[in-house]
Amino acid sequence: MSMKTRVSAYTLSVALIWSSGALAQQKAEVLHWWTSAGESASVKVFADQFTKAGGTWVDNAIAGGANARTAGINRMVGGNPPTMMQFNTGKQFDELVSNDLVRDVDAQAKAGKWREIMPKPIVDATVREGKFFAVPVNIHGQNWMFYNTKIFADAGLEPPKTFPELVESGEKLKAKGIIPIALGGQPNWEHNLFRAVVVGHGGADMFRQLYGTRKPDVLKSPKFKETVELFGKMRGLVDPGSPGRNWNDATALVITNKAAMHFNGDWAKGEFIAAGQTAGKEYGCTVVGQEPKLVIGGDVFVFPATKDKTALATQDKLIQVLLDPTSQIEFNKKKGSIPVRMDVDVSSMDTCAQKSHSILKDPANQVESMEILSPPNFSGAMQDAVTQYWNNPNMSADAFIEKITSAMRDAG
Amino acid sequence: MDSISIRAPSMPSGGTKTQRRVKTRLPAAIALLPTALIVLVVYIGCMLWTVRLSFTSSTLLPKLDWVGLAQYSRLFVNDRFLTSASNIIIFGALFISGCLIIGFLLAVFIDQNIRGEGLFRTVFLYPYSMSFVVTGVAWQWFLNPGLGLQKLVRDMGFESFTFDWLVNQRMAIYTIVVAGLWHGAGLTMAILLAGLRGVDKDLWKAAKIDGIPTWRVYTSVVLPLLRPMVVTAVVLLTTGVVKLYDLVVAMTLGGPGIATEVPAKFVMDHLFERNNIGLGTAAATIMLITVVSILAPWVYVRYVRPQGRHA
Repeated sequence: MSMKTRVSAYTLSVALIWSSGALAQQKAEVLHWWTSAGESASVKVFADQFTKAGGTWVDNAIAGGANARTAGINRMVGGNPPTMMQFNTGKQFDELVSNDLVRDVDAQAKAGKWREIMPKPIVDATVREGKFFAVPVNIHGQNWMFYNTKIFADAGLEPPKTFPELVESGEKLKAKGIIPIALGGQPNWEHNLFRAVVVGHGGADMFRQLYGTRKPDVLKSPKFKETVELFGKMRGLVDPGSPGRNWNDATALVITNKAAMHFNGDWAKGEFIAAGQTAGKEYGCTVVGQEPKLVIGGDVFVFPATKDKTALATQDKLIQVLLDPTSQIEFNKKKGSIPVRMDVDVSSMDTCAQKSHSILKDPANQVESMEILSPPNFSGAMQDAVTQYWNNPNMSADAFIEKITSAMRDAG
Repeated sequence: MDSISIRAPSMPSGGTKTQRRVKTRLPAAIALLPTALIVLVVYIGCMLWTVRLSFTSSTLLPKLDWVGLAQYSRLFVNDRFLTSASNIIIFGALFISGCLIIGFLLAVFIDQNIRGEGLFRTVFLYPYSMSFVVTGVAWQWFLNPGLGLQKLVRDMGFESFTFDWLVNQRMAIYTIVVAGLWHGAGLTMAILLAGLRGVDKDLWKAAKIDGIPTWRVYTSVVLPLLRPMVVTAVVLLTTGVVKLYDLVVAMTLGGPGIATEVPAKFVMDHLFERNNIGLGTAAATIMLITVVSILAPWVYVRYVRPQGRHA
C-alpha cells in the first residue's frame, strides 16, 4: 500500500514538472474511428500538423463508428473525456450539447468566419441554439456515380446525364453482356441508390420533403410516382449476385471492367486509388440528374467541456490545425472528401474533388443528407420499405408508396 | 442416522429444532445468495423492465409513459416482424429435426467400430468450434452464384446449372438452415454417440439371438433408451434457434429484401440502430411469451407432475 502511494506520488510529481515546465508540450488525446488504410493516412495529416505546431498527438482510434461513439460518450459522462472526439455531421451529438458536455466554439467560429466559408447545410447541422458546438472538417458527397470510361467508350455511349437516359443506356450495356450497375445489395446501399434517384430525378425539394418534413403530400405527387417507377426499372440493371454483396466488392466490379456504373459516396474513391487508377482516366465520376444536386454529410470534431487552462489552449490549437488550408487540402485528398472551407484552392486535388467543389459553389446545389434530416427510426423504416421494393420485382410502385406512407405515420 | 451424529455437537448450545436447522442451512443460503440475487435482479428484473418498456413510447432513451398496446398493434402489421416470425418457425422446425436426424445417422455410422473413428469424430464435430460469423461468411461465399458452387459447376461445363438459393427471396431462408445444420449436426452426433456407447452390450446380444434386424434394434430399442440425450440435444438446439442472429447477419444481412429477417435481429436493429426502444422491446416481449408458452408444458410434464404424483 505505502509502496503504491509512493510510486503514484512520484509519478504525479514528475507529471507536474513536465506539464509546468513545458507548456508548449500540449498533449491532445483524439478519439476517432478512422481505422482503414486510407482513413488512418488521412488522420495522420492532422497529427503531423499538430506535432509541427508543437503539440503531442495521442491517437485513440476505435474501430467502428458506433463503438467509438459509445466509448467516447461514456468517458465524457464519466468525467475523463478525450481532448477531442469525432462525430458525423448531424444529430449524433445533440444530447451532449443539451447536457453541457461539449464546449461551445462559437468565438473561434466568429473569428474564422465559418458561417461564410462553409456550406449552409453543414453549418446548420453543426450549430445548436445559434452557436457552433463542433468543428466540421470535411464534406462527403453521397450520390456520386462512378463509371468505367473504357466500357462506355467501347460501347460508343456517353455517361448518362439523367436517370431516364441511364435506364436506356443500361439496357444497351446489358445486351452486350456487361453489368450495367454494380450494387452492394445490402439494405443500406439499396437505400443510398434510392436517395440518389430521388434527389436526381425528383429534385432537392422532394428529397427534403420526403426525409425532412415527412408529410405524406409529397408521396401523392405524380412526379414521386414517376421517380419510384424509374427506380423500379433499375432493378433489372444489376447482376444476380448483387444481394448481400459488400459495397467495396461492388466497386471492384467497376475497377475490373465487369460493371459500367456504381453509385456510392465519394469514399469509394479510395478503392479506385488503391487499385492504382486515376480519376478521369480509368474511371469517371458524375452526379446524375437534370441539375446536379449533391447530397452532403461529413465529419466533425467536438471538444469536451473542461476547465483546465492547458486543455483549453490545446483545444484551441487543434481547431486551428483542423481548419488550416494546407491540412484541409492534404487531409481531404487522402480521405476522398473535399475541404469544408469553400475558400481554399482545390486545383491540386483530383478531378472528382474539383467537380464536387464547383457543384457546391452554388448553394442551390447543396442538399443535406438523410442523417441530418431524419431520425434513425424513420430512416430505418424507409430502408425496410426500399429493400422490399427493390428485391421484389412484382411489387408495384403503389404498394411501395403505401409502405412509405405507413413508415411516415409510424415513425414520423 | 447421519443427521443425528452431525447434530450431536451442536446440542450443548441448546435451542429449538428450527434454530438448529437455520444454523446448518445458513452457509448454504449465504453461498447461494449472490446467484439468487443475480437471477432476481438481472434476469427477472430485466425481463420485467423490458415488458414495462414495451408499453411506452420510448425512442432513444427509456421513457416511462403509458401507451397501452400501441407498440404491439404496430408490430403485428409490420411486414418485417411477420416475415421474421414465420422465418424462425421454418428455421426452428427444419434445424432441430434436421440436426437430430443427421446427428443420429452420423452417430450410428461412427458406432459401427469403423477405422479412424477419432478422425471422423473430429471432422464432424469441427464445424461446431467455428463461430456463427465464420460459418455464415464461409457459406455466403460457397453459395454465392458468381463465386461459389454454381460457378464451379458451370466452369466444369454444365452451363445451365443454376443454384441461386442465396439470392432468391423464396429460398434464401433454407440456405440459413443448411449452414445451421452444418454447424449444429456434429454436436448432436457427439451427444447421441455418448448415449449409444452407454447402451448395454447384453441388449445387442439378446436382440441378435432373437434374430432382430439391426435397423429395427436402433429404432425400437436403442432410440427410446436415448430419450434423455435427445431431450438434451433439443434443448441446446432450441436455444440456438431463439438467439439466431449472427449467422443471418454474416450470411445475408436479412436479405434479399427482408427474406431472411429473424426476430432477434428485429429487436437488435430497433433497440440499437433505429432508436426505437418501444417497438424493439415489444418484439422482445413477444419472443419471451412464445418461448415461455413452448417451455411451460414441458416443464409441467417433466418437473411438476411427477412430484405431484409422489405427494
